Amino acid sequence: MTKLIPHPLLSLTLLLVWLLLTRFSLGQLVLGSAVALVAGGAMSTLEPEKTRLRRPLLLPGYVLRILRDVLVSNYDVARQIVTNAPRRPGFVEIPMELQDRNALALLAIIFTAMPGTAWIEYDRARSVLTLHAFDLDGQQDWPGFIKQRYEKPLLEILG
Amino acid sequence: MSHLDAIPLWAAILIALLLVAGSSLVLIGSIGLVRLGSFYERIHAPTLGTSWGAGGVVLASMLTFSILGGRPVLHELIIALFITITMPVTLMLLGRAALYRDRAEKATDEPPKRV
Repeated sequence: MTKLIPHPLLSLTLLLVWLLLTRFSLGQLVLGSAVALVAGGAMSTLEPEKTRLRRPLLLPGYVLRILRDVLVSNYDVARQIVTNAPRRPGFVEIPMELQDRNALALLAIIFTAMPGTAWIEYDRARSVLTLHAFDLDGQQDWPGFIKQRYEKPLLEILG
Repeated sequence: MSHLDAIPLWAAILIALLLVAGSSLVLIGSIGLVRLGSFYERIHAPTLGTSWGAGGVVLASMLTFSILGGRPVLHELIIALFITITMPVTLMLLGRAALYRDRAEKATDEPPKRV
């Protein structure tokens, strides 16, 4: 199984994108599956770091929470830009437990998509993440908040 | 505009709300990009447009063409997906370039020092 489909998640995603781009039909399903499998095989010659999802069922809930949080953050930042309310921008340093490269890349996407936070730097030697917060007063305890709300669920999903 | 008459009123209202909300976020993000004080603050503003700004427009488009076509039209989701996964590359590059510059110039007020 792992020989035939070395990157099941990547292949599945590619197949889904293929089916979204074309109109769904049996022929496109076969063609898309072939492309997804070949691309998955090609990917393994690059020898990327592999990430195993131990509890993939937790992922949809996590994604929904992110979408909601990004929406709330959109509203907050939009309001602060429009009202020009006093706020305190600044940097936050967060010691991270998460080591997996792919999971860190996912976190980078999340924090960049979230208007209230910006991913500035991750220092691999110290495992410290530097974020820039649009308003430091928006949270009492930034490192605790980020770790509890975004890092811990990811660690659980990866197991 | 005639073919748009096929859209029922409730859907038209929902679509209009999504479009206005999405484009307002893009507009506010652009205003923020002009008005905000420091470079690091300005990084936050355009993400309004690339997250739910684009999201609102994408949802509105999906709803419109699903109703007009009589079948679910979902390929707009790919636009949202690609915006989401490519935008961090630009912003991180800009952020790190600014950080590098500020460290090199030893700007005192902005970035945390490397230990």
